[in-house]
Amino acid sequence: MTLVHTSVPALAVPPRDAPLEPWQRPVAIDVERLNFFYGAKRALEDISVRISSHLVTAFIGPSGCGKSTFLRTLNRMNDIIPGTRVEGKVLIEGRDIYAPGTDVVALRRRVGMVFQKSNPFPKTIFENVAYGVRINGLTRSRAELEERVEESLQSAAIWDEVKDRLHDSALALSGGQQQRLCIARALAIRPEILLMDEPASALDPIATQRIEELIYSLKSSYTIVIVTHNMQQAARVSDRTAFFWLGRLIEYGATDRIFTNPAEKLTEDYVTGRFG
Amino acid sequence: MNRDTRRRILSHVVITLCGMAILVALVPLVLVLFHVISQGISSLNFAFFTEMPRPVGEPGGGMANAIAGSLIVTLLGAVFAIPIGVMSGIYAAEYSGTRIAGAVRFAADTLNGVPSIVIGVFVYTIAVLPFRSFSALAGGLALGIMMIPLIMRTTEELLRLVPPTLREGALALGATRARAVFTVVVPAALPGILTGILLALARIAGETAPLLFTAFNNRFWSTDVTQPISTLTVQVFTYAIAPYEDWHRQAWAGALVLVMMVFICSLLARLATARMERMQRGG
Repeated sequence: MTLVHTSVPALAVPPRDAPLEPWQRPVAIDVERLNFFYGAKRALEDISVRISSHLVTAFIGPSGCGKSTFLRTLNRMNDIIPGTRVEGKVLIEGRDIYAPGTDVVALRRRVGMVFQKSNPFPKTIFENVAYGVRINGLTRSRAELEERVEESLQSAAIWDEVKDRLHDSALALSGGQQQRLCIARALAIRPEILLMDEPASALDPIATQRIEELIYSLKSSYTIVIVTHNMQQAARVSDRTAFFWLGRLIEYGATDRIFTNPAEKLTEDYVTGRFG
Repeated sequence: MNRDTRRRILSHVVITLCGMAILVALVPLVLVLFHVISQGISSLNFAFFTEMPRPVGEPGGGMANAIAGSLIVTLLGAVFAIPIGVMSGIYAAEYSGTRIAGAVRFAADTLNGVPSIVIGVFVYTIAVLPFRSFSALAGGLALGIMMIPLIMRTTEELLRLVPPTLREGALALGATRARAVFTVVVPAALPGILTGILLALARIAGETAPLLFTAFNNRFWSTDVTQPISTLTVQVFTYAIAPYEDWHRQAWAGALVLVMMVFICSLLARLATARMERMQRGG
């Protein structure tokens, strides 16, 4: 397959707000020829991609194209599925996370994840956010922990809604609030990278909008990779877009270009709604 | 007759049949309860709970020692069975695909099917003969062995019902597998596991056969776990087969107390579950 990095011709002096081109940005995740197998079935074929730090990268593509599977290879979440196998390299800060001896727990601390269906623990709101901080021993005192929880809830734009009921069950929150709580929970361990697997697909439009605004506000502090089957969402929130089809990466580049001037016919057919 | 009419009639027939099946299933329960209550209530008084059995011919007295004994033996059974049952249930759920888990599951199902008298004889040989004494401990061990498969299977089933996304959530935050299981998965299933334990308790509290060769019986007040101990079930059995009218009445009262204990246990199970679930949901 061909990995297409074509892009709008680089200007000598880019406009002030224009995102830097991929090669001008520090690379957060460098994937080299990744193959992924469910048993004998190859679900991902030779994926190579460089994900730039402090940008939002969206993975789009039809159902079953491998975008979620690919996302889950980035924090080794697929490890827990029996009968799966990975070939190739995923370099995060220059180190291959599939190299033998990799500390998966430490990796997942640096690469946080938010899931498609919000999955708050059946604990209080406070305990949900404190969970990762506690198990990783990140704070030394109760005061420090409380501070961390508040800060995380604030970053996830849910503090005002829950500050008076931190010790109520998280399951009493609405779907959108639960998802923002899960984002707060992921932020509390201060990851460098945040993976989001269709974080708004189960939410109503207003809750979705809040999540999108949140993503926008988080990208200055985190490298965000988001899987979405909603193309408008990808266009709205992301700087880079990668289009997957049948386990292959068809095209990757600046979001504007992918949606307005795709290089590949498949990409064009997909983004214009001809299939998918 | 058109299709719609036929479908409606068939639907009514099937629903009626289901309703009748429920009635048939409830009849024995209602009959047993009615019989035990009507026969037992007349002999049940405050003294039954506080006094010791009296010698033959002397009317009155109670089963205080047997009530205490039943509680002690059942509690001992729970102490043996809860850790083993819960831990093996966790193992079977966590390593559900492995051969060992399959073997454990098969062993539990087999154990569940072993007649209780056989378990009694088994415990007799391992915990009574070597010490040359019947004991409350041996009785508790016998009941515990009966509880293990019950607790293990409910624990396993309930852990499997916990959505995998919860476990993934914990792993994604840097939890190890054991940590995710013990801090997220097990707590999420806890209300159900607790219900399973209480129902298992209610189920074995009514066992007689495993106690005949283990806890035996004791005419006196005893809370010494190394000594034979009286239990309600064995006491009811002994009194019911005796030729004395007064003992028969006492046996009915004992049966009623036993049914009440089981009923309270089941009720507690329901209440505890509902309460814990409400707390988790935060309603």
